Amino acid sequence: MAETLTARHPLEGHRDQLEALSAALAPTLALELGELVAAVDLRVDPGSGGADAVEQVVGGPLPARPDTWTALPAGQALRLGPDEWLLTSAAARPEDWEFAVDEAATAHGGMAVDVSAQRTVLWVRGSAARELLSTGCALDLRPRSFPSGRCAQTLLGQAAVLLVAHGEDDLQLVVRPSFAGYVVDLLVDAAREFPPSRHRKETP
Amino acid sequence: MSRIEGYGRVDRSRTVTVTVDGTEYTGHPGDTLASVLLAHDARPLGTSVKFGRPRGIGAAWVEDPTGLVQIEEPFPEPMVLASTVEITDGLVARGVNGQGRLSDVADVARYDHRHVHCDVLVVGAGPAGLTAARRAARDGLDVVLVDDRPEPGGTLTGTETIDGRPSREFVADVVAELAADPRVTHLQRTTAFGHYDDGLVLALERRERGASRQRVHRIRAARVVIAAGAIERPVVFEDDDRPGVMLASAARDFLHRHGVLAGREVVVFTSDDAAYSAAVDLHDAGAAVRVLDARARVPEVWARRCAERGIEVSADTQVHGTLGDDRVTAALVGAERREVPCDLLLVSGGWNPTVHLFTHVGGRLGWDPALGAFRPAAPLPGVEVVGAADGTLDLAGCLRQAGGADAPHAEEEHGEPTMVLWRTAGEPARQFVDLQRDATVADIARAVGAGMRSVEHVKRYTTIGTAHDQGKTSGVVASGITAELLGRPIEDLGTTTFRPPYTPVAFAALAGRARGDLYDPVRTTAIHDRHVAAGAEFEDVGQWKRARHYPQPGEDMTAAVLRECAAVRTGVGILDGSTLGKIDVRGPDAAVLLDRLYTNMMSSLKVGRVRYGVMCGNDGMVFDDGTVLRLADDRFLVTTTTGNAAPVLDWMEEWLQTEWPDLRVRLTSVTEQLSIFAVAGPRSRDVVGAVFADLDVGNDAFGFMSWQDTALDGVPVRLARISFSGELAFEVAVSSWYAPALWDRLIEAGRPYGITPYGTETMHVLRAEKGYPIIGQDTDGTVSPHDLGLGWAVSRKKPDFLGRRSFARPQNQDLLRKQLVSLLPVDAATRLPEGSQIVHLAEDGRLPAPPVPMLGHVTSSYHSAALARPFALALVKGGRERIGEVVGVPVGGELVAAQIGDTVLVDPEGARRDG
Repeated sequence: MAETLTARHPLEGHRDQLEALSAALAPTLALELGELVAAVDLRVDPGSGGADAVEQVVGGPLPARPDTWTALPAGQALRLGPDEWLLTSAAARPEDWEFAVDEAATAHGGMAVDVSAQRTVLWVRGSAARELLSTGCALDLRPRSFPSGRCAQTLLGQAAVLLVAHGEDDLQLVVRPSFAGYVVDLLVDAAREFPPSRHRKETP
Repeated sequence: MSRIEGYGRVDRSRTVTVTVDGTEYTGHPGDTLASVLLAHDARPLGTSVKFGRPRGIGAAWVEDPTGLVQIEEPFPEPMVLASTVEITDGLVARGVNGQGRLSDVADVARYDHRHVHCDVLVVGAGPAGLTAARRAARDGLDVVLVDDRPEPGGTLTGTETIDGRPSREFVADVVAELAADPRVTHLQRTTAFGHYDDGLVLALERRERGASRQRVHRIRAARVVIAAGAIERPVVFEDDDRPGVMLASAARDFLHRHGVLAGREVVVFTSDDAAYSAAVDLHDAGAAVRVLDARARVPEVWARRCAERGIEVSADTQVHGTLGDDRVTAALVGAERREVPCDLLLVSGGWNPTVHLFTHVGGRLGWDPALGAFRPAAPLPGVEVVGAADGTLDLAGCLRQAGGADAPHAEEEHGEPTMVLWRTAGEPARQFVDLQRDATVADIARAVGAGMRSVEHVKRYTTIGTAHDQGKTSGVVASGITAELLGRPIEDLGTTTFRPPYTPVAFAALAGRARGDLYDPVRTTAIHDRHVAAGAEFEDVGQWKRARHYPQPGEDMTAAVLRECAAVRTGVGILDGSTLGKIDVRGPDAAVLLDRLYTNMMSSLKVGRVRYGVMCGNDGMVFDDGTVLRLADDRFLVTTTTGNAAPVLDWMEEWLQTEWPDLRVRLTSVTEQLSIFAVAGPRSRDVVGAVFADLDVGNDAFGFMSWQDTALDGVPVRLARISFSGELAFEVAVSSWYAPALWDRLIEAGRPYGITPYGTETMHVLRAEKGYPIIGQDTDGTVSPHDLGLGWAVSRKKPDFLGRRSFARPQNQDLLRKQLVSLLPVDAATRLPEGSQIVHLAEDGRLPAPPVPMLGHVTSSYHSAALARPFALALVKGGRERIGEVVGVPVGGELVAAQIGDTVLVDPEGARRDG
């Protein structure tokens, strides 16, 4: 019997494929697996003071506007809606993260639920990152319209995703694990547009 | 050979060979199939659909009603226009006789999609479109410029002067300026084929480079500039369908684009100025040309230009018919039908602005008498129509309209107005209006005679405008002739509706990459690879792949399922139940919400306990079922069926947000957060006890329908005593991060007990043996909880809940409602097909003559290992009253006798659930 229960990335089976693809297409394109991080879905009324209480616990400001995100000391705060945030931490254990945020929120009529394993992260990087996403995402991804600091819940192909902008060439896809294989297949297929040897100008 | 030196923009240094109807032809890069055939004076392409009349090339681009070919190589494509096919080496085509033919080999080419966003989309790269695009680019905007032809410039032939220079130089300069601007995307060979609300335009790119053959661009533009030009309009006369009859602009196009003279002896029949350009250019290229102008006076400037060249011009002269076999040999001119020999008869009856994209989004058209055509009547927000598409037919006007302050300049040209002439006198049955549909003026007259007054009705009666070209040349003419026949002004009739797509689009292009494995997302659980390694066969449940059974070598499904069932009933089995929907319900009013949603009481559930619950729709019919765990006073974990995970959450949110916003409850989907494995069977306690050594799994400490939290190597795990098989069972839930490791641990611990992974098929059999219904299989939206024997799960104490009022309806009290029962085939051998009808069993055992009253139908049917016989579940009218009765089930030609019984066939006392 194994000594400890080990966590496994939902896209572990795709890791080698994505590493090979990224090596071949650099610097045009890279698809990389994100780390497993603790995450809670925070629901709290923005006017209730709950957000302030949570900020004390997570050690950073929550984004003031929906569809934007801010950095936390060891993670991210992504505002998914008027009263909904996704808070992540690479440092905390999921159950501790849920307990801490929930305790702060409950006092203000809010709540936090552990969703660490409800989503997984895939990074899309490189000069063609946005163009690659535009094959399946209807959002306006021009850097001016979707700059660093923005996030949006949208569709990529037929999969619901949370798309997060870290930079012009640096985007984070947050996707349900059960759809992650489909999303990888979709992006690897779309990447055939970019030949390994050269890079050329394309549509925005 | 009609290739003229000094004309055309084809690359004559290179040769391309194509094969049409078995004959090889050579052309040059830049040629179309149509220009090659004309260059070789090839025979007509095919024959018409109804009358078998010869059909040739009638126009130089997408408006051609006749020049259809079937492409055979490089891969088969039915019914495409020769005038739009760019030639490539090895291209093989043949003319279409009547109808095309779908390919019987798969199209292996790649088609894809791209979402594009811009400030300004300009459709059309003619002088107006180029100018509009340049203007927007100079304003610093993100611009997308699309044009359907291979090269920009629109109808500019090179003979015009813009800003004091040859027009092609102007085009090259603008294109270069746009290419240098990183904010401009310029796509040729890209047809904007549909325009939808809020600036969405779909465009099909025929790609020369890149991974895909065609690409659909879904362009979202803040402003759409339509500079799509205009399409010349023919005049209808007798035998106007003969090959060699062509739009005047088309002949000019073939000459200047491809260097091809479409005829040597040319008659130009016009009611408009533009055809004179064609007459003059064709004359200058070496043709003998004569112009017949239907108008009373020949425009002065053109009279002079023609006189300088010796081109004979007659005013007030009409063509009434043609002669010829395969192609036109003479025009019949004037009332006396004088034969004027010709091998090319050019026709121009004015111009119809290409308003398709304007009308797709509801733009209204109005008849402009000065223009003699329909054009945009009122502006649309976010949409501009410029140039010929707006009825501005002169170059100077186009540039001015599109260019604003720094508009390019061209010499003003004074023109005479178009005379509106729909048709000349002649035999209506031979006056072709829609050449592709073989529809004539006689057909329109018949429609009008039958009482049709709307052009939409006339269109459908005559089929005019329903072919590949969607009436690009025939539509407005049909309106005009209908108006004449009705004696009404055309502005009263208007046009038929222009609908997307502007030109035909292959389904493959619309599908894009959403085919094969990418057609629909395949959802897998965290331990999918474990199922694959164990040899599972999968079934689709919604988008999920679920392990259905795990056949061992030599086993079919029946054998595998019987083995798996036996393992669960006698030893221990393990099922991946992770696809179940899971919803975290939190808040002080969580219990209130669940009391309103479920038919049974949830507020009385104690923390640490589990309850089965049924949800109904407003109609009182079962919508979903599942278990509810009370995690805390203000927190529940609700499970749903796999297929209903999203609908149930939506249903709950809808009520919460729209009807009961006062309830302090919040819902979170944790479907994928938690993986759940059912460990079921008399030895399940041994397995679970071995893995979770700290936990007292005895029946007293851990009773049925209760849950407990524990940890494994520090990882939180929740166990629940829930059984969907009637056996002692534990559902083990863990963060999906740890699902593979926990599954491995359970399998390892179960090895001494012969733990057997079982799939959904086995699960279905086990639950059916216990009479547990599956919502969606044993129900169809017309089944109430009472029908399923779940009346015990309908609260009589709660004041209200969704569906409650419907239970009081007389319909719901009907004793003859279909009720869930079991069916045991009397022969103990026949497996009744699911969906079979149930009827009275007559004394002779035969199916009586129709009509045969139906008693119900079979909803589930399996072989049972525990019963050692097949059994079924069925919905039967008044079923519970009939228990013990033998009914008939038609199977094949036979009537199989089956006895109705209680739904619970295995362990009716429930002795097995506690082990």
